[in-house]
Amino acid sequence: MLNNDYIKQKLTEKFGEQVSSFDESYGMLSFEAQKEINLKVLTFLYDDAELKFRFMTDLCGVHFPDNKGKELGVVYHLHNLEENVRIRFKVFADVSKPDIYTATGLFSTANWQERETYDFYGINFIGHPNLKRILNVDEMDYFPLRKEFPLEDQSRVDKDDEMFGRGGTIGFGTEKTDHGTIIESDKHNVGEEIV
Amino acid sequence: MPEGHQGEGFFATSFDKVIGLARKNSIWPLPFATSCCGIEFMATMGAHYDLARFGSERVGFSPRQCDLLMVMGTIAKKMGPVVKQVYLQMAEPRWVLAVGACASSGGIFDTYSVLQGIDQVVPVDVYVPGCPPRPEAIIDGVIRIQDLVGKESLRRRSGEKYKALLESYGIQ
Repeated sequence: MLNNDYIKQKLTEKFGEQVSSFDESYGMLSFEAQKEINLKVLTFLYDDAELKFRFMTDLCGVHFPDNKGKELGVVYHLHNLEENVRIRFKVFADVSKPDIYTATGLFSTANWQERETYDFYGINFIGHPNLKRILNVDEMDYFPLRKEFPLEDQSRVDKDDEMFGRGGTIGFGTEKTDHGTIIESDKHNVGEEIV
Repeated sequence: MPEGHQGEGFFATSFDKVIGLARKNSIWPLPFATSCCGIEFMATMGAHYDLARFGSERVGFSPRQCDLLMVMGTIAKKMGPVVKQVYLQMAEPRWVLAVGACASSGGIFDTYSVLQGIDQVVPVDVYVPGCPPRPEAIIDGVIRIQDLVGKESLRRRSGEKYKALLESYGIQ
């Protein structure tokens, strides 16, 4: 019977200090490793005769801007179909050099998922056969799910921010000036007070 | 009926009024339905609201046969070029009806992935507000299109102003 303690024990035996941050939220084991050994860990989890995590449910990105040096993360969701056990495995990279080895060699599904993660977070998967945008328009020149970019479309020109409950002189989210919209952090007192 | 002279068995008016009359009562709509506004359109076409009463029951699914492009629903930025392509495939004279908040302005989807109104890619003749608009509102939009169609000068499409409009959308 494969349980979280046993998986944790196997991983620490194999990788020692290189795997860390073990956590069991809602009974699901998650852990973290150096980004350099992500493929070694995935291969071990795949090949080991007892672990047999041979199905990748999901691969996604996360962005924690305050986590200096480890801003961008990749989360692998793995599933052992025989024992019906799931785990989460995370690696983190510096936002200025978000290079992470691709998992496409091990899981074909990673091809699509890594393109999506690249599309939204700009994580550069080294060795990916076709790393280009998949969901957003090709002309997009930024990575929209990184936290420094506001959710709202910055190209809009004909929406009155005050009518939409954000920005204007009331002050939520973005604000429109004569030069276009500006984001919350660049905001200053412009326009007439209306309240 | 347009202005004109009539007597027993004849009616005389100007050519563009006759053409306008014919065009406005036989508009072939091309539905470009992407979301809930499309469902309202289905109700509009159904027996209860029955767009056929206005001469528009012949919904075409080839842009080359249609006069009126009805864009109903959220258009993602990635869909923008598709809308434009469909518009380009339509023969002149052609009209565009933006149905619902999303097609008109992006609606509640003020986000990086959604086109903030289809008038960013194609010229729009009539906007129908609502989220989604009721079938009555869509019918009202079609009637306003009919109004435009019926009153349009035959020279409009070859005029400088119209060419400049198309030019502003990058259409030759």
